[in-house]
Amino acid sequence: MEKKLGIYICSGCEIGKSIDMAALEKVGSVSGEHLCRTHAKLCLAESVQNIQEDIKKEHLEGVIVAACSPRFFTKEFSFNQLTERVNLRELVAWSHEAKDADTNMLAEDSLRMGLAKMKSILSPTPFIPDQSSSEILVIGGGISGITASIEAAKAGYKTILVEKNKLGGWSNHLHKQLPMHPPFDYLEKPLISQKIHDVKTQEKVEIHENSSIKEISGQPGEFRVVIKQEEKETKRKVASVVLATGWNPYDAEKLTEFGYGQNPNIITNLDFEKMAKAGPVLKPSDGEVPKQVLFIQCAGSRDKNHLPYCSNYCCGTSLKQALYIRESSKETSVFIVYKDIRTAGKLEAFYEKVQHDDQVFMTKGEIGQLNLQGDRILVDVHQTLLGDNIQLEVDLIVLAIGMTPQNTEDLNLKYRLGKGLPELKYEFADSHFICFPYESRRTGIYAAGSVRSPMDISSSMEDACGAMLKAIQCAEATKRGEAVHPRSGDLSHPEIYFSRCTDCKRCTEECPFGTYDENEKGTPIPNPSRCRRCGICMGACPERVISFEDFNVNAISEMIKAVEIPDEFEEKPRILAFVCENDAYPAFDMAGQKRLKYSPHVRIIPVRCLGSVNNIWISDALSKGFDGILQIGCKPGDDYQCHFINGSDLTEKRGENIQEVLEKMMLENERIKTVFVEINEYDKIPRIIDDYVEEIELIGPNPFKDM
Amino acid sequence: MQQKHVLVIGGGISGMTTAIEIAEVGHEALLVESKPYIGGKVVQFSQYFPKLCPPQCGLEINFNRIRNNSRVKILTSARVNSMEGSKGNFKVQIMKKAELINSKCTACGKCADVCPVERDNTFNYGLDKNKAAYLPHEMSFPFSYTIDESACLRNECKKCLDVCEYDAINLDAREELIEKTFHSIVYSTGWEPYDAGEIALLNYGNHPDIITNVEFERYAAANGPTAGHIIKPSDQSAPKTIVFIQCAGSRDEKHLSYCSSVCCSASLKHALIASEKLKQVKILIFYIDLRVSGRNEDFLKQVEEDENVELIKGKAGKININNNKLFVEAEDILSGIKTKTESDLVVLATGIQPSLLNSKLPKDDYGFLLNDKLPEGIFASACASKPLDVSASLKDATAISLKAIQN
Repeated sequence: MEKKLGIYICSGCEIGKSIDMAALEKVGSVSGEHLCRTHAKLCLAESVQNIQEDIKKEHLEGVIVAACSPRFFTKEFSFNQLTERVNLRELVAWSHEAKDADTNMLAEDSLRMGLAKMKSILSPTPFIPDQSSSEILVIGGGISGITASIEAAKAGYKTILVEKNKLGGWSNHLHKQLPMHPPFDYLEKPLISQKIHDVKTQEKVEIHENSSIKEISGQPGEFRVVIKQEEKETKRKVASVVLATGWNPYDAEKLTEFGYGQNPNIITNLDFEKMAKAGPVLKPSDGEVPKQVLFIQCAGSRDKNHLPYCSNYCCGTSLKQALYIRESSKETSVFIVYKDIRTAGKLEAFYEKVQHDDQVFMTKGEIGQLNLQGDRILVDVHQTLLGDNIQLEVDLIVLAIGMTPQNTEDLNLKYRLGKGLPELKYEFADSHFICFPYESRRTGIYAAGSVRSPMDISSSMEDACGAMLKAIQCAEATKRGEAVHPRSGDLSHPEIYFSRCTDCKRCTEECPFGTYDENEKGTPIPNPSRCRRCGICMGACPERVISFEDFNVNAISEMIKAVEIPDEFEEKPRILAFVCENDAYPAFDMAGQKRLKYSPHVRIIPVRCLGSVNNIWISDALSKGFDGILQIGCKPGDDYQCHFINGSDLTEKRGENIQEVLEKMMLENERIKTVFVEINEYDKIPRIIDDYVEEIELIGPNPFKDM
Repeated sequence: MQQKHVLVIGGGISGMTTAIEIAEVGHEALLVESKPYIGGKVVQFSQYFPKLCPPQCGLEINFNRIRNNSRVKILTSARVNSMEGSKGNFKVQIMKKAELINSKCTACGKCADVCPVERDNTFNYGLDKNKAAYLPHEMSFPFSYTIDESACLRNECKKCLDVCEYDAINLDAREELIEKTFHSIVYSTGWEPYDAGEIALLNYGNHPDIITNVEFERYAAANGPTAGHIIKPSDQSAPKTIVFIQCAGSRDEKHLSYCSSVCCSASLKHALIASEKLKQVKILIFYIDLRVSGRNEDFLKQVEEDENVELIKGKAGKININNNKLFVEAEDILSGIKTKTESDLVVLATGIQPSLLNSKLPKDDYGFLLNDKLPEGIFASACASKPLDVSASLKDATAISLKAIQN
């Protein structure tokens, strides 16, 4: 049965001056069941109040607000009834000729589309796991994992901390730590023993040492974890996960060009740190105090043959280690050969201090030949600040080696898409987004510390707090049935009509977040709280069995069918544009704000992601008589701006199938076009639209128009 | 979960992030911003490094998160007046400036159309003019016009009053004192560019073609004073040579003795933008160390491979103005040779200075707030506590969110 709707049309902000309001009201009043009112200033508090009263008095089951963009007055126009916004201001009145027949047709179609969509959508009922846990699993008991557990406890959350060896990680080997307190120029006592003590005495932390993760299955709110300690298995249910498994030193055996392994007095910074912690620094060859020590920075870092990146910690560490020697043996001199000294921020003060030591010599330079004969090591250094080619004679070399991330398959996720987190640049489990450093493609699992990005101790401790906040947030959002970033708070979730599912696996393969598992037959098993509500699965499904209550195949098809298509003799082409809500839609809004004008022949349907566009909509539109179809979304590729990772890439991939549809219908390829825009490229909108309309006009009308 | 109420001071990208993250856990956050819009410095950036993507993309996600979450409240054009109490019970007085344009504004733009007064456009660092009734930028949030009190003619004019159909303008509006109680307080007060005028030898202010890195951002931005064209401000022509001076006032005891950690990557980004836009241009970057963090190394590689760009290890300490031409004096540290380079445009990579230099809260010698010395329940995040780039700031802003909701 059709819902009783309240349709509210605003005539303010030039809408009334641009559009024939009476004609528009007629469209809204087409069904006598509905209430249709026009208002000069719909956003004013009293008008909003009137709508609320109507909802109660008239028992409205849905509200259509035909006014400005849904990006404005969002909170004012949020009612506890299903609400649909029709954008008459930015997309119609502000971007098209006033009092023009084509502008009126556009406005009327926009309202018709809103009415049609309303028929097929419902207010979403959230998915809430039956017995959500509030506990959080922390994997890795180094400085990051320990910090995450301690800080979660202070916020009232229980964590389960799993460490494969004993607590402390690499920090256990530290002799001293880089400055974290003013004046930022003296070395500090390592924090780790205090942290281990704190975490062990914290009631809300359950510690499993010498343990690993055998398996994680389930979904946020109800991840089922199997912890393995030798033969013993412990099962726990957790809401979310912080992955803090840390890093490994780059394999020094590969650094043959720096003589590693060929002379006992060539060691790594890690060997050096352990030696300093145990006692005075001595030459491994004879146990004597070294007289000249050389630190080679970026040993295997910023190097295309080894690690192409900078590990961020090695400059500070070598400066620190230079001080160890200078403090234990006044006669020893130190050379540091670097590419750049990277002591960002306040650590500059410490660099400054080390520079003041007259027995520490630092130069930019390239390491050349090493002569390892005898007790002394001769090192050629090129392009230094002291001269083009110099030779250093030293008796101990310390290689400042970089970090590599621990493999995330330690998670042992029982996901169809693999055991670990998808790794990004240089295999770190980082977010792709500059603005959202913790974004994860496995919902509810957040990487922290050096497994996410190379970082030092103070940075890792911060990172642990950030990732833990996201884990806590996911736990709480899941309990409310809400999506997490970027559609935070969305209560909708995908539902599958299984009796028509053909087990084709598209949804399981294309979901960027691994929402779907599969049974033996290949039938998808949805895990709604892993879902980020992008609708990519819905776009993927050839049987159209996946839907969201408030965004589904039927609703969009109804919108397409609601558009009135003029016959071919009217010479008014109709273009359908699927516009991604995230970046392209705001660009359209801004074009409107700037009063940029473009062709009124385009009908816009906002979508959650280009990846959510189902091919049936395209064939529906072509059968209906649309002359061309535009898909406008975010940039794909390595530096993608798609908010759901590969939605735009999928659009390109699926384009091949669409071409088949076109061939079958004997239509030209150009009738479908995909364009990518950045959010601030609003100035390009008129050209994109007008060029395409022109292109379609040249091709001529869709022959299916009058069928 | 016991709901807490957190005050976040400063509505830049960090403060916004803290407020949203806290609210998405389920707590309440009030974001107080002194400007009429939130977003802070990043809305004035043309692109982020290393991806060269528009900051507005992430901002829009955050704006949406705010639109859809009733637990985040925003107070723009407001400042914290006073606070007392302790963790769990901070009583705070917030002064909301007189709202000449209130929340009824629909951003229809009629007030600006009729406003007769022009002012320096602060959004573009005064590089151009706009009206006294203005929309700060296309994506202003809240999406509302505002009136520059100091420029407005008030009751002598009233033209805007006559055209506003929404009763959104009140030229006699008074400031309003708001009192609220909070569990904790986060300072996300951010940074200001170091005043390049302090570095006498660089002659900033004495020639229009000596500009700072933040001004370069506005020239590079499509919504900037030149619609994205890189020009010599003196004659609006395209520069044939551009020199970037790194550490302009940074790592220098007379100015900022610390490293601001973003200026290297920012200048590399600017060099790529200039090279791409101008094609025929020679760009020199004088640096002490190239501090490009972590995995952005390939971004540095990209610049090294750009034929228009040359990176020179050397401290450029002086700009001579001779016959209205600019000559940059520098020492090439590797060769030891002192060079004099004529340049059409010189960009000074000035550093980050904390905004709250005059606060009585515990600070380090540089003026950054010290988290472990602040009273319990009060925190400083991102550039209020140390110089950071955007991504590191947001990591810090998220981390502080956890501290702010602890019991």
